[in-house]
Amino acid sequence: MRLDVLYFAWVRERIGLPKEQVETEAVTVADLVAELMLREERYAAAFADITALRVALDQELAEFSAPLAGVREVAFFPPMTGG
Amino acid sequence: MAVRVQPEPFDFGAEAAAFASEATSAGAVVTFLGVVRDDSGTLARMEIEHYPGMTERALATIAAEATARWRLLDALVIHRHGALLPGEAIMMVATAARHRAEAFAAAEFLMDYLKSRAPFWKKEFGADGAAWVAAKDSDEDALTRW
Repeated sequence: MRLDVLYFAWVRERIGLPKEQVETEAVTVADLVAELMLREERYAAAFADITALRVALDQELAEFSAPLAGVREVAFFPPMTGG
Repeated sequence: MAVRVQPEPFDFGAEAAAFASEATSAGAVVTFLGVVRDDSGTLARMEIEHYPGMTERALATIAAEATARWRLLDALVIHRHGALLPGEAIMMVATAARHRAEAFAAAEFLMDYLKSRAPFWKKEFGADGAAWVAAKDSDEDALTRW
């Protein structure tokens, strides 16, 4: 499947791009993270501490254990600091 | 109920007055204004990044939940993004209800939820460089009271 993967805040800065298309057979978000970490050091650095990250699937907050079936857009970002 | 996410400044007084005048059957209108704070005295500016699309959805969901839970007559959330200077208004919420207890509670609920559930990220630029604002455990803990 082809996913739009988005990065925000320091995750975007560390990986060096805001958005990319990823061709993957990953079953869960955690599988996708493991795949991305194998790519390059900058991905490994960004995803080193998964507890410091949040994920949204099609613009809804989700867990890293969530399945990717039917998902089109995945976003990774640090805990939010609005208000 | 209205949600606005925008880079432009807003006029808090005019927004509050318009909101109150439209909530004709309300006995209570509560407003909150969030302002860029400079604790260190060295903040040059703040930049707020957000996730277009998800931001509006998350704010609308939170506002709808507050409206249902406290039977609000109206609710307004305005949140800016982009570059802001110390002292500038970042965001505001307004709630209108028949009585003040509902209006106050709903405004606090909206603030608590949008701090850690709406996809905004603050970055501070100061004399010592730039740093992303870290989320506080207390912000997450604040949600448990609801």
